[in-house]
Amino acid sequence: MSLDPEILSRVQFAFVVSFHILFPAFTIGLASWLAMCEGLYLWTRRDVYRRLYHFWVKIFAVSFGMGVVSGIVMSFQFGTNWSRFAEATAPVLGPLFTYEVLTAFFLEATFLGIMLFGWNKVGPKLHFIATVTVGLGTTLSAFWILSANSWMHTPAGFEIRDGVFYPVDWWKIVFNPSFPYRLVHMVLAAYLTTAFVILAVGAWYRLKGTAHESARVMLTMGVGFVSIVTPLQILAGDLHGLKTLEYQPAKIAAMEAHWETERGAALALFAWPDAEAETNHYEIALPNVASLILTHEWNGELTGLKDFPRDERPPVAPIFFSFRIMVGLGLLMLVAGVTGLWLAFRRRLYDSPRYHRFLVAMAPSGFVAVLAGWITTEIGRQPYTVYGLMRTSDSLSPVAAPSVAATLVTFVVVYGIVFGAGLYYILRIIRTGPERRPDVTQSETPATPARPLAYPDESTSET
Amino acid sequence: MTTTIDLLPLVWFGIIGFGVFMYVLLDGFVLGIGILSGFAHGEYERDIMMNSVAPIWDGNETWLVLGGTGLLAAFPAAYTVLLPALYLPLSLMLIALIFRGVAFEFRFKAERKFGWNTAFNFGSIVATFCQGVTLGAIVQGVATDGAQYVGGVFDWLSPFSLLTGVSLVVGYALLGATWMVMKTAGNLQQKAYGWSRMLLTGVIVCMALVSLYVPFLDGDYAQRWFGLPHALLLVPFPLAAVAVSYALYASVLRRSEYWPFLLSLAMFAVGYGGLAASFWPHIIPPDLTIWNAAAPPESQRFLLVGMVFLLPFILFYTGWSYWIFRGKVSRDMGYH
Repeated sequence: MSLDPEILSRVQFAFVVSFHILFPAFTIGLASWLAMCEGLYLWTRRDVYRRLYHFWVKIFAVSFGMGVVSGIVMSFQFGTNWSRFAEATAPVLGPLFTYEVLTAFFLEATFLGIMLFGWNKVGPKLHFIATVTVGLGTTLSAFWILSANSWMHTPAGFEIRDGVFYPVDWWKIVFNPSFPYRLVHMVLAAYLTTAFVILAVGAWYRLKGTAHESARVMLTMGVGFVSIVTPLQILAGDLHGLKTLEYQPAKIAAMEAHWETERGAALALFAWPDAEAETNHYEIALPNVASLILTHEWNGELTGLKDFPRDERPPVAPIFFSFRIMVGLGLLMLVAGVTGLWLAFRRRLYDSPRYHRFLVAMAPSGFVAVLAGWITTEIGRQPYTVYGLMRTSDSLSPVAAPSVAATLVTFVVVYGIVFGAGLYYILRIIRTGPERRPDVTQSETPATPARPLAYPDESTSET
Repeated sequence: MTTTIDLLPLVWFGIIGFGVFMYVLLDGFVLGIGILSGFAHGEYERDIMMNSVAPIWDGNETWLVLGGTGLLAAFPAAYTVLLPALYLPLSLMLIALIFRGVAFEFRFKAERKFGWNTAFNFGSIVATFCQGVTLGAIVQGVATDGAQYVGGVFDWLSPFSLLTGVSLVVGYALLGATWMVMKTAGNLQQKAYGWSRMLLTGVIVCMALVSLYVPFLDGDYAQRWFGLPHALLLVPFPLAAVAVSYALYASVLRRSEYWPFLLSLAMFAVGYGGLAASFWPHIIPPDLTIWNAAAPPESQRFLLVGMVFLLPFILFYTGWSYWIFRGKVSRDMGYH
């Protein structure tokens, strides 16, 4: 079998970007959660908020570190593996990436240092400002990178000369048609991802019967948050989908596995799409529902895949399934929010082991939904890098397949080690809990002196 | 208006040059600490060494990302040529930086520190070596056709690029050692003085070897270095190198705390300036100049507007964070 540098480069990019997105998706929400905990601590002076802050900031530090190192890889991928894409789009995308570095990365990196190491070096208000600034940085970062990504889906504000995209109107480039929808959808997704991790940790402590006060705060705030944000996210997703239908109808047709153009199109709950035969096997469908969702009309017309030439269609099966995984998880999140609200109303939120077990199981739901959503939208962009204008096959670097294969294998191994270790340390922090110092639990007679911590008030402990 | 358009690439060359230089200085001493951590004695010394850079390393590494994206934005042809040309050393550098970076977080959380000590040490050495190789590969020239690379997989590999790789390891280690002189006290500081002396000798040897090698490379370096009138422009650099290394040596001998680090930075400035002067006006020899690699003026201008405001702001708060963490470093400063 001969190695194809295009496929290898696509797999490499998909791998490194999928790995990377997990961390921003988590840290965007976590930064806001930390800012809220610290703000509440300054306001109420209740020690539980300080404990929560010092607990989650450790998890934040590990996640952020992994996000940084995997993000640096991303900024080189465009050159190493996609240099023709970079050559064609640099005048448009280069400044957007650089604005991300200038407005977000420096801000995050510098103030993170103060956030982690400055508790005793700067005043409480200044420290709070540092935390808020890190949160602002993560959101600004999302702004620029999603603008650049959206431009690849709905390019605007440019002209093409000699195969190069020249900027004409920066406002139209930055605020391209799909950007506002994608930004809202992704930022809400990041918040939900974090919220479900916080909920799972709180629920797990309830099941174990430890960290009572912290667990209650996490459950109450988490349930309040997801019961409001999940419906908003479903609405945002719906609007995003309608925009996609307007600009990328082939992607929608593939997401729904619609082959024929028809009015009153059915929504396939399950099917086995067959791109070769241009049909679905084993289909279970609800009549008219797809038209209702996508056109908001019972008999609205949807364009089928057969209306697009074969070489302009995205792969159908992967995005048909990934879209369903994302939507399914969204609905489960809605169930989690509504159930939590009902339990809280019945004053049983802290004492419902079955619900707590459900929440623990939902811990990775946000991450899986984010990945499924990105798989849907990015594979749905195929066979183009810049939708409708530049093909993926014309975007590649002049690199040899063995080089790409070698680096791909290395990235997989290295990320496996680093991700494995990071996950292990995060789980250990969670196991230790917000009420105890890790050094004390690990060994009472350390060979080296225990690392003194930055906690100003070690004697306080709850229960 | 034509003059402004012609000036733009010049301005951007200055900005990118400044960004890369900031990276070399700032991550230089952090990587130097990593290189020297292999010679540290026990976890106590390693704790101090890592704590001296833990609050700031992340911001320092960000200059590398600025260099990468800034190059893409302002000189896309340089970016699209350089990265495929240096595919393997740059990929290796990224992987080494991953291990170096996560070691900061993981080492303090691990019970067995050996693995992350090694990751920190080797990550720093390999990343530095790859950066040095990259520098050498650019100096010796990259085969291009327009904005794409047309050379082979191993064109970067040469005795010269290996020499620059080793040189940078020695150079960053000097930055790290003099940083330690400034940030530590007692035994460790005495050790750092000793290292600084040895490494300074090493840096002088490396600079001399590289300088002697360059004229024998292909291209018009020999002409630039020995032909008039260009040689006159380059003469100040070796002279400055001699003066700075003498002052640095003297400052180490008289046990100054701040001057060794500041003069090491000056040493790098001289070397960097000398390289830039022998390049000029190329961004990647032999074919890409700052004018034919430049992005269209509408892109360079759009980014310049933000750069003018944001870069001073970044320098301001970076300086502020250094101020917060000023003074000798102690072992007990972590949040872990």
